Amino acid sequence: MTEQEAITNEESEEVRIGAFICECGVNIAGAVDCNAVADYISTLPNVVTSVVNKYTCSDAGQAEIKNAIKDLNLNRVLVASCTPKTHEPIFRACVEEAGLNQYLFEFVNIREHCSWIHMWEKEDATKKAKELVRMGVARAALLEPLQSSEVPVTDAALVIGAGVTGMQAAMDIADMGHKVYLVEQGPSIGGKMAQLDKTFPTNDCSICILGPKMVEVARNENIEIMSYSEIDEVDGYVGNFKVKVKHKPRYLNIDECTGCGLCTEKCPVEVPYVEFDEGIGTRKAIYTPFPQAVPLRALVDKSICIDCGACIKACERGAIDMDQQETFSELDVGVIVVSAGFDVYDPEPNHDFGFGLYDNVITTMEFERLINASGPTMGKVVRPSDVKPPKRIGFVQCVGSRDKNSNIYCSSFCCMASLKNAQLLKEKYPDTEVYIMYMDMRTPFRMYEEFYNRARDMGIRFIRGRPAEVTENEDHNIIARIEDTLTNEIVNLELDLMVLSVGAVSPESTETVRQILKVSRAADGFMMEAHPKLKPVDTTLDGIFIGGMTQGPKDIPYSISQGSACAARATRFLAQGKALTEGITAKVDEDICVACGVCVPMCPFQALSIEDDKLKILTALCKGCGTCMAACPTGALEQSHFKNEQLLAQVKNVFAYGEV
Amino acid sequence: MSDFEPDILTFCCNWCSYAGADLAGVSRLQYPTNNRIIRVMCSSRIEPIHILEALKEGTDGILVTGCHIGDCHYIEGNIHTDERMKEIVDALEHLGLKDRLHLEWVSAAEGKKFQETITDFVEKIRALGPNPLKEKAKEE
Repeated sequence: MTEQEAITNEESEEVRIGAFICECGVNIAGAVDCNAVADYISTLPNVVTSVVNKYTCSDAGQAEIKNAIKDLNLNRVLVASCTPKTHEPIFRACVEEAGLNQYLFEFVNIREHCSWIHMWEKEDATKKAKELVRMGVARAALLEPLQSSEVPVTDAALVIGAGVTGMQAAMDIADMGHKVYLVEQGPSIGGKMAQLDKTFPTNDCSICILGPKMVEVARNENIEIMSYSEIDEVDGYVGNFKVKVKHKPRYLNIDECTGCGLCTEKCPVEVPYVEFDEGIGTRKAIYTPFPQAVPLRALVDKSICIDCGACIKACERGAIDMDQQETFSELDVGVIVVSAGFDVYDPEPNHDFGFGLYDNVITTMEFERLINASGPTMGKVVRPSDVKPPKRIGFVQCVGSRDKNSNIYCSSFCCMASLKNAQLLKEKYPDTEVYIMYMDMRTPFRMYEEFYNRARDMGIRFIRGRPAEVTENEDHNIIARIEDTLTNEIVNLELDLMVLSVGAVSPESTETVRQILKVSRAADGFMMEAHPKLKPVDTTLDGIFIGGMTQGPKDIPYSISQGSACAARATRFLAQGKALTEGITAKVDEDICVACGVCVPMCPFQALSIEDDKLKILTALCKGCGTCMAACPTGALEQSHFKNEQLLAQVKNVFAYGEV
Repeated sequence: MSDFEPDILTFCCNWCSYAGADLAGVSRLQYPTNNRIIRVMCSSRIEPIHILEALKEGTDGILVTGCHIGDCHYIEGNIHTDERMKEIVDALEHLGLKDRLHLEWVSAAEGKKFQETITDFVEKIRALGPNPLKEKAKEE
């Protein structure tokens, strides 16, 4: 039997619908009388059976569906339960296993869209559930079988962002034998972790554990690092993404440069090094990002270069090219991992806790560079106003986190980061008084609570409360006025240096990437996963995955886990070499179409064209949005699975006026 | 008139507003039971006939929802939705039905906005009174 014959056969058959109403324990049954829904549905045309399950998605529930398809010769299946966003693939697979085309399955949401939002209105919720299922029955009767098409998957991955998450994802994918393009907007891979001094809860040197990993990434034959590059355009779909990458000019030939540093030595221009040393140290107009940078190559900051030519003379290999222009690469990849990292919250605009007003109020990132042995002060902690070692240091928690005025979410790593920095201070300068001003200390996960206890044992003072007022005295000392909510006392704390424990925010550059990829944005500004529990690194877009801070604030171990998770999820497609695409596409009735061409410019994917006075649809390009058919003046275009008659059947069955 | 409960139909796009409605559910954000949802892949799938048929069937208010401009899963589908809805509202003005159609962008993260949009629209339509075509629809 050919596909066409099978379809014709289906059409001529009597419609036999089986309806399965899920109680979802009490999730649905608590607000909806499922038996009453099933009874009502059994009276509707074409419904052969209508049953209630405790959990329709369970093995037992699915077995009941499969048996009913065989025993009752069902040719349509309707499940009324939760959301198709999570469970449609499960039930589609279930009916396919019983020999029914997956598109003859209809899903009705009576949990998220009914029982959970009408928890205390059982009568009205039940009536609504009946109507929702009735709409589904009307639509189910008109469903048609469709074939999803199999597409080949290009055996290569794109990883956007080469912080610790992206590096992990890239290495895991590469080690499984697949090509990886690792695109990093900065001049070196490594991300924020490269800037940190030590890492909790073991206090090992950050660059000492990251550096070898960076080298490993560079040495991996399957990984092609594209540093100082940005994503310009992304087109296509799972298995077949076309990516345009912009390479920003470094003003030197990266293959000739050896990173020897002679050019930097001769350069006469010196400015604050904002990118890596948080503006505390300085750099030249031509510079290598940091000693452990990968690739260890110089770049020129043209905005401050005075074109003196000193570096050109100094470079023995003639690598410098001041006329270099930006270039572009076109990549074909099958999957995309986004690990674009984070920015720390900027307390400057609102002068949180006096930041930007008083010299001796700094952020955690500035502190990390100050205490770092390879930082601008060689690890000597000094305060900005007089470059003297501070004797009283306070950390303020939740700056830009858990605050209605900035971000309501918890940034999760800052409690541990301050505990770490406080311990480092105590180890380095045992006489220093160290205070942590907090709302709640949050230390879950292995060895974290022990780390907190260790800090207490070291004599670090904890004050439960954050400064209500911050002022500066004539010695440029900071006076923090705090209500200690444990002792009910007002404390006026005089500090030589105050460190703001700033939280994480999603960077603007990530927002650009998000818009190019069309990944959903969560309320907190970070990218949104497909499901908060079941699909934490997937997005709603097949073949695109998110990990690390791109998905929300998290610490290093969690980020690395997500990097590996992204790699595993992404490699499924690469290893199989094929992916299934939706069968939902535009279709044209050539007898009706007059080839007017109104639809052609509507298509954002260039799937439509007029050739030889006929409308041609390139199904491989069609994503099934339905924009074109809504524009068709003759009604020649239809969207399979969302045909007019199917939608109108729902529209006409919305409200039953006294029948229910 | 006080016992009038408006019948509201909401079209949701698969990617943003349907997921926003899901989030309202997951967050247990309670809202009136008057609303029924039809899912389409993109809000730009909605044609005038869907709106007109719904009104003819006696539906008191129709909400069309989709991704925010710039966030459309299909790049610019919602731009077409925006243009088309304006035209449909213009046409409905001649029939005295223009306030019964409303367009709103709701992202997958805006469960709260979905709840508020439905709640506000139900109240707006309640104040407006029943669709004049309702009685005829009921007779048929």
